[in-house]
Amino acid sequence: MKLYEYQSKALLKKATLPVPASIHVSKASDVPAALKQTGIKTGVVKAQAFTGGRGKAGGVKFFRSVDEAKSIASEMIGMKLVTKQTGPEGVTVNSVLLEEASNIEREFYMALLLDRSKVNPVIMISPDGGMEIEVVAEKTPERILRLYPEIGQPLSDKLKKEGADFLGLTGENEKQFGEILQKLYGVYTEYDASLLEINPLVLAKDKGLAILDCKFDIDDNAVFRQAESGGNPNAEKTEAEIEASSYGLNYISLQGNIGCMVNGAGLAMATMDSIKYYGGEPANFLDVGGSASEEAVAKAFEIITSDAKVECILVNIFGGIMQCDTIAHGIIAGVKKSELKLPLVVRLEGTNVEIGKKIIQESGLNIISATDLDDGAKKAVSVISKNK
Amino acid sequence: MSILVNKHTKLITQGITGKAGLFHTMQCRDYGTNVVGGVNPKKAGTEVEGFPVFGSVKEAVEKTGANTSMVFVPAHFAGKAIVEAADAGIELIVAITEGIPVRDMLNVHQYLKGSNSTLIGPNCPGVTTADVAKVGIAPGFIHRKGKIGVVSRSGTLTYEAVYQTTRSGLGQTTAVGIGGDPVHGLNHIDVIRMFEEDPETEGIILIGEIGGKDEEQAAEYIKSNVTKPVTAFIAGATAPKGKRMGHAGAIISGPGGTAASKVKALENAGVYVAKTAADIGHIMCVALREQTGRCQCNNDEECR
Repeated sequence: MKLYEYQSKALLKKATLPVPASIHVSKASDVPAALKQTGIKTGVVKAQAFTGGRGKAGGVKFFRSVDEAKSIASEMIGMKLVTKQTGPEGVTVNSVLLEEASNIEREFYMALLLDRSKVNPVIMISPDGGMEIEVVAEKTPERILRLYPEIGQPLSDKLKKEGADFLGLTGENEKQFGEILQKLYGVYTEYDASLLEINPLVLAKDKGLAILDCKFDIDDNAVFRQAESGGNPNAEKTEAEIEASSYGLNYISLQGNIGCMVNGAGLAMATMDSIKYYGGEPANFLDVGGSASEEAVAKAFEIITSDAKVECILVNIFGGIMQCDTIAHGIIAGVKKSELKLPLVVRLEGTNVEIGKKIIQESGLNIISATDLDDGAKKAVSVISKNK
Repeated sequence: MSILVNKHTKLITQGITGKAGLFHTMQCRDYGTNVVGGVNPKKAGTEVEGFPVFGSVKEAVEKTGANTSMVFVPAHFAGKAIVEAADAGIELIVAITEGIPVRDMLNVHQYLKGSNSTLIGPNCPGVTTADVAKVGIAPGFIHRKGKIGVVSRSGTLTYEAVYQTTRSGLGQTTAVGIGGDPVHGLNHIDVIRMFEEDPETEGIILIGEIGGKDEEQAAEYIKSNVTKPVTAFIAGATAPKGKRMGHAGAIISGPGGTAASKVKALENAGVYVAKTAADIGHIMCVALREQTGRCQCNNDEECR
């Protein structure tokens, strides 16, 4: 689950971390009152969207007056923000953050995340703030410091000093940096963050360190205990994805034209891979799970067929726990309910496969049967090319 | 021989009274596993489907000599259940539960460093030693006793590999699902080391997916430590960056972790990488033939 910048900053502020004064607005007409309330006179309007690289895409703009802020906000709210990360389709901006300007002397980078290989959280620090960390990692890896806190222990003074030294911070700044690091680590742990990235952390003239921008992702498995974060687990999903998840289906919409229904995440990915390998494009990732009901399978069908891009459907089920006859009944119910006109390729294998195949055969529906995953992918791809 | 589970396995189920827990405990018993009971503190002293229910893992171990536990406890409490099993001296803990928070698993991982317990999973299908014992949720009937060791991050792809080797007549020694979560117990390297040491295992199938560096590290390990033929398949070549593909750990974030980087690392280590999941069994046969001169499967004319 991703948090918007304004949500993230509210959490950081609550933890007494230094963030500039700011206020979140969803309507341009609210801007004058918001600025008056906070006393902000000059600053930046920042588009709230789940993407980096906002600045270059026109998602961060300076203002010197209330009118200017209002007019920028009215342009930004509702606009499609297209950045390097969003792809050409972009993301819609629903609100903006009005933030006090900072007088920046130096910019740093910090991130807290899981190092999977070391099975330990890692704190990444770099003096090259404001840049893309992937670029720094590739071109000047020596300019990134990795600190590994001991799990279950408070952050040690040694790590704090190492971090401050790496950034060349001394005296009051060093002390403040240590406090920031400790508090951030606390926020990272307490809120089950999977990523807490501060870019940049700035040293402002006469004001010490401040967090200008941050990216805050929460572990999807921990969302149940993070209601206080203010995040919405569905914020990034499409309507179809939200509906699918309410039936226990794991659905991700993609760009191609072959709709997929598969059991198991690994097999679902492998099915997409096979489609691509034989020259097709998958329209979606859909894992019906290990114990889906007939109803869920029928629903999965409905979701796939409601995608206008889909020209053919490939069902690939390895029935272990989930029995092939259950799947067969679900497929037939789905085909009938959606009055399916599209070609349908089905590969069934595993528990009760013979019964499943018989049910499909006797249904009288026009279903193309496949012997294995490759056969299914080939048939789905060739059906589409024949129809063109 | 085989690895991890065998005829000496004495299994208990934590969360035996739940629907899935009970169903799969019965399936394990039907497969031939020696199931000695289950744990649910609220139903201690009762019996379900012939399985005695104990109040704690400690009590179950004292009364039955259990050495293996299968965890079906819901995600919120599963971390504590794993720690309880370790404290009671359980040697092998197989965590089936999906959706355990990473922070909980980090604490578990840290805790297990000081214990003698081995963890498999979570979010995994478990371990099956063909025709001997099964601990987990894999469909038993697809396995046949044979000579291939399977290690995989994905459940249904484990079944694909197992079934393909069953049909080709190669069969399996043991199939191990290590799970799809970013923080887990045994990893590819641990299991591959066991297969390399197991005299009955003649070939190894490694199934990986996008996310993390497990497969890249396994490739390095294989290069200098494994003499047996290894076949691999990596799922997720078409997965878009930054999207979590079902499994919590199946996400490409930052550089590396892509299917292409894993395939490259494995091929550089001399591993035979299947292009599609349907081809895993066949490529295992090619690997056996080229590296040992014999395969003896019944799929290919050349092998017989």
